[in-house]
Amino acid sequence: MTNRITSLVGLAIVTAVVAIIPFVAPNSFYLDLAIRTGINAVVVLGLNLLIGFAGQISLGHAGFIGLGAFASAVLPTHFGWHPLAAMAAGSLAAGALAAVVARPIFRLRGHYLAMATLGLGIIVNIVLRNEAQWTGGPDGMPVPAMTLFGIDVVSDRQWYWIVGALLLVSIWASLNLIDSPFGRAMRALHGSEVAARVVGVDVTRYKVAVFVMSAMFAGLMGSVTAHYVGFVSPALADFGHSVELLTMVVVGGMASVFGSVVGAVLLTALPQLLATLEGWETVAYGAVLVLCMIFLPKGLVPTLAARFERRRR
Amino acid sequence: MSLLEVVSLSKEFGGLKAVQDVGFAVEAGVVHSVIGPNGAGKTTLFNLITGVYTPTQGEIRLDGVDVAGRRPDQLAALGVARTFQNLQICMNMDACENVMVGAHLRLDRNVIRAALRWPGLVRRDRELREEAEALMAFVGLGDHVHARADGLSYGILKRLEIARALAARPRILFLDEPAAGLNPRETIEVGELVRRIAADGVTVVLVEHDMKMVMSLSDRILVMDYGRKLVEGTPDEVRRHPDVVAAYLGKHA
Ligand SMILES: Nc1ncnc2c1ncn2[C@@H]1O[C@H](COP(=O)(O)OP(=O)(O)OP(=O)(O)O)[C@@H](O)[C@H]1O
Ligand SMILES: [Mg+2]
Repeated sequence: MTNRITSLVGLAIVTAVVAIIPFVAPNSFYLDLAIRTGINAVVVLGLNLLIGFAGQISLGHAGFIGLGAFASAVLPTHFGWHPLAAMAAGSLAAGALAAVVARPIFRLRGHYLAMATLGLGIIVNIVLRNEAQWTGGPDGMPVPAMTLFGIDVVSDRQWYWIVGALLLVSIWASLNLIDSPFGRAMRALHGSEVAARVVGVDVTRYKVAVFVMSAMFAGLMGSVTAHYVGFVSPALADFGHSVELLTMVVVGGMASVFGSVVGAVLLTALPQLLATLEGWETVAYGAVLVLCMIFLPKGLVPTLAARFERRRR
Repeated sequence: MSLLEVVSLSKEFGGLKAVQDVGFAVEAGVVHSVIGPNGAGKTTLFNLITGVYTPTQGEIRLDGVDVAGRRPDQLAALGVARTFQNLQICMNMDACENVMVGAHLRLDRNVIRAALRWPGLVRRDRELREEAEALMAFVGLGDHVHARADGLSYGILKRLEIARALAARPRILFLDEPAAGLNPRETIEVGELVRRIAADGVTVVLVEHDMKMVMSLSDRILVMDYGRKLVEGTPDEVRRHPDVVAAYLGKHA
């Protein structure tokens, strides 16, 4: 129960921050940063369900983002789909691809699973780069504007509130999920797979379900990115992007909902803040990661929470 | 018809015959123990019956239906539960949640209703938490209902596993050395606990090295040696059997 109260307080704080930012952001640069942070946070939440809570790995999540993003670009441009339908299709396609490859993938363990998801991401990337007549190839392509109820959604403010709402709903839903029979089964198969199996958890089904869910989160946010930026390029599906997302999970804290948000905030904002270092930003970025891993091996939020709890006792 | 009937069951691990042609029957409502020296194949037998391993040969009948080769989660749905000789606790969950996950098959496992915090699901979960706390009290862990699993001692975690298995409301419960590594007082408490579980109508199959506990609790005993069934009978029959004295008790007594 105390857990639930802590969660609700956390949710209230994030809500307050989301509500205040547009009024205190000095210029559009910060609003843009906030939107991209929010998008990353939702993807990282989904990825953390898979990695931190269910104990699986994905090195190919950017592939699902790319799939969602290009669905939003290609389907309206070439086939005249409504952007909302394209967005739904992108998320479903990411989920479907995840579902199709999940069964064979989850027979593998450890680094084999990492290799298989890595390969999946690379394949999506190659397809996006090679199918130039549809995707614009390596150059990418423009994305038609999203229309909701006959209104074009084009301004940063509009996208800010959409992303903010998506983030809050995702946090709320993740917190609910973790503290439910489904969520306990998902965590239990991480804690002890054999124990989960003998109490009746069909572990393959749960792993597949979580993988599909997190792929759909990624696909959806890929679509949002596409419409917000107004342009997509295959770089969205790069391996480097997958690694960035993984880093956010690890730095913020595995198996921590608010850690996901904090990880996304730090690692989306950090490169911008370091940009003043002219040429040394990559080094500084790397140094921050290494220091995090050495001093906060469990991630920022879990480590701080544990320290706080110890002091209270 | 027996609740559980095992017919010429075998398991090989690349040439090593861990279980060889073992057959026995467990009647509903009894405490049926399995004893034998280290490496005799007791844990392997449990792993076969609970679906963790697939048999090389043989039949496992629950209520007369052959269930050999079914997955553990499918067997759990038929009322099979177990604990592990080497602890299998989820250290990423608190103690009470470890027990709650035992009730997995009795709950609403829908992912959408879970994410939406569906009122019925939340209400059932709140009841379940109370049930789990009552179960923890039943196994003697009433003081630890709010504890994190990773801070509890070995003896306590052993009993936490029993509570988790009971949360499934099993018909037949397999306990693999529940008293191993416990101090004498804890061992007596676990013996008492097994007695109370059996009194509640749960059929218990028990692997245990503590002979005093086995002899006092068991209705029947299966003795294994080198993967084979040596003897099967009542505690008195087993105690007096010359092969048992030679192969097993002889080394200890
Ligand atoms: N997964 C496995 N792979 C290979 N060999 C195994 C496996 N599991 C068990 N064995 C072997 O099978 C034999 C029986 O082991 P088992 O664990 O069933 O014995 P046990 O009667 O439970 O012994 P103990 O009293 O020490 O727990 C041993 O020789 C063991 O090494
Ligand atoms: Mg054993």
